[in-house]
Parts: sequence; C-alpha cells; structure tokens
Amino acid sequence: MSTALAANQPANPDRRAQPWIALPIYLLLGIGFGITLTKSEVLSWFRIQEMFRFQSPRMYEIIGSAVAVAAASVALIRRLGLKTVSGEPIAIPPKSLGRGVRYAVGGTIFGLGWALTGACPGPLFALVGNGVTVMIAAIASALAGTWLYGLLRPRLPH
Amino acid sequence: MASFVAAPWPWYVAGPVIGFFVPALLILGNRVFGVSSNLRHLCSAAFPARLEYFRYDWKRTGLWNLVFVAGILLGGFLAARWGVPLNVAISEQTRLALTRLGIHDFSGLAPHELFRWSALLTVRGFVSVIVGGFLVGFGTAYAGGCTSGHAISGLAALQLSSLIAVVGFFAGGLIATHFLLPLFL
Repeated sequence: MSTALAANQPANPDRRAQPWIALPIYLLLGIGFGITLTKSEVLSWFRIQEMFRFQSPRMYEIIGSAVAVAAASVALIRRLGLKTVSGEPIAIPPKSLGRGVRYAVGGTIFGLGWALTGACPGPLFALVGNGVTVMIAAIASALAGTWLYGLLRPRLPH
Repeated sequence: MASFVAAPWPWYVAGPVIGFFVPALLILGNRVFGVSSNLRHLCSAAFPARLEYFRYDWKRTGLWNLVFVAGILLGGFLAARWGVPLNVAISEQTRLALTRLGIHDFSGLAPHELFRWSALLTVRGFVSVIVGGFLVGFGTAYAGGCTSGHAISGLAALQLSSLIAVVGFFAGGLIATHFLLPLFL
C-alpha cells in the first residue's frame, strides 16, 4: 500500500479490547435500534422514495432531529469531559479528510444503492427481521461490493 | 400506550431516539455508532483472501457491532409482531408517481413486485436487490460509512468528511430516483 493512501485513510479499526460482559448490552441496544427503524418507517422503500422526491418532510425531520440530539450529546460529552462506564476518556476518532475523493465518490455510489434498494445497511438487516427475506440476497450482494472495494482499494483514488 | 406501540412513531419521537444511540454507544464503550463497518467485519471473518483491508482482528474490533446488528434483525422481527400489518402512509403525490412507474402494490414496507425472491429473475427485481445491494456495499466501504456512520455520527461530531459524504448520498439518491428508476421499473 502506498504511503499516500496510508496517510489518507484510517488504518484498520481500533484495537481496544472487547469486554465480553458488555455484549448482551450491545444486543439489547441493537434490538432497540431495530424496533426504532421499523416503527419510524425509515426502513421502508416507499419512505425513501418520498424523501428523494421531496414529497414529505418526514424523513428530513427524522434525520434532522436525530443529528440534533446526537450533536448536542457529543457537545455535552466533550464539554463535560465525560468518561465511559469503565472510566476511559471518550474520544471520537476523526475521519481523515485527505483529498475527500473517497467521501464524494463513495458517498455518491452508496446513494445510488440507497435509492435502488430503498435501504441503507441498518435497514437491510431490520427488513430481514420484518420478513422481507429477499434482503438476505441484498446483504450478500453488499458483502460482495465491500469485498471488491477491499480488492481495488490500493488502486482507487482517496 | 398500546396504540402508541402499534402505530408508527411520529418524527419527533423517531428522530431523537435514533440520535440517542450515539451517546449511548460512546458512554457504554467508546463505540462510534455505524452499521456499515459490519460488512467489512463479515468479509474479514469469512473471506479475507489476504487483502490488506480485511487483515485485522475483527473479533476484537467488530464483535460488539456484529452483535448490535444481530439485535437490529431481532428488533425488526419483534416490532413486526406487535404492530398492525404495516402499510406505509406515503403522500398521495409519491403514490401517484410510483404508480406511473408501474408500482401497484403499496402494502408492506417495500413493494412486493420488486422485493420477493421470485422477482430476482426479473430485471427490475435484480437491479433493485442485487445491483442496489452491491452499490450499498461498495459505496459504504469506499466512503467509510453509511447513513448511521456519516449522516448521524459524523455530522454530530461536525466532521467535514461526513458532510461531503452526505452530499454524495443525496446526489446518488437523486440520480437513481429521477434518472435510473424510470429506466428499469
């Protein structure tokens, strides 16, 4: 891998130890998120179409208020210097900007897929739970897409 | 309360609840909310093929997130049990536009005409599920995040990279909706 690429991209994900004891809590949070994706209808192809046609403010209200709550929480965590339950300082590793090509191009490619399937990654899994089992094929195809990125990564502009 | 549980949540409940996952995961274990990295973890676990991108300890870094995603699937299953059969109340304009594109079945979360196994053998089913899924996987890996990682976590942390990604998400989504869908639906 070229050094330019290494500088542009965060290396492999962080290597903090995983306390096994916390896993059931992540499962419960995931269940809560799956319920939320369903009850908010953001996992619906119809809602995504409505959003990209600007025919209802609903999706924008949901995403906007989600970002507002998350941003206020992050600001508060930083301001108060809050720590995790195990006493570590909370840090959000910044995504290095580089030339920004990966965000613009990768983002656009994902956007095409988002409108075609009507689902982003979280909803793909929630839809399988909701009985739209053909999304298993979409997830398999998404894995193939991620794998191809892994193969082409050294040759792609970032 | 029972009707609140059964009915779709209004935006001012749904949005803040989604936003709450960011501080919850940070405080719990310094974890950044983001679903698409699980696609990478699954590749790393199942077929790393000695590629640099998949060479890391996925159990150590990604197991929490894979468990979270298993929860998402289970949560979808549970939510489907409670509610009345879901019928998404989209706007009349959207319904008309989609009818003109040849969508006639508006029951459920996604049109059955496109999203059932037998439809994979049709062009519109294949493009919606397989091509769409592939672009989701490739695009999120290239961009380093999806709606949760960039649009929610990244914007909340005021990262410019995430803002660029989100502009890309919408550019791609608008192109697909207005130019690609009419070609194959």
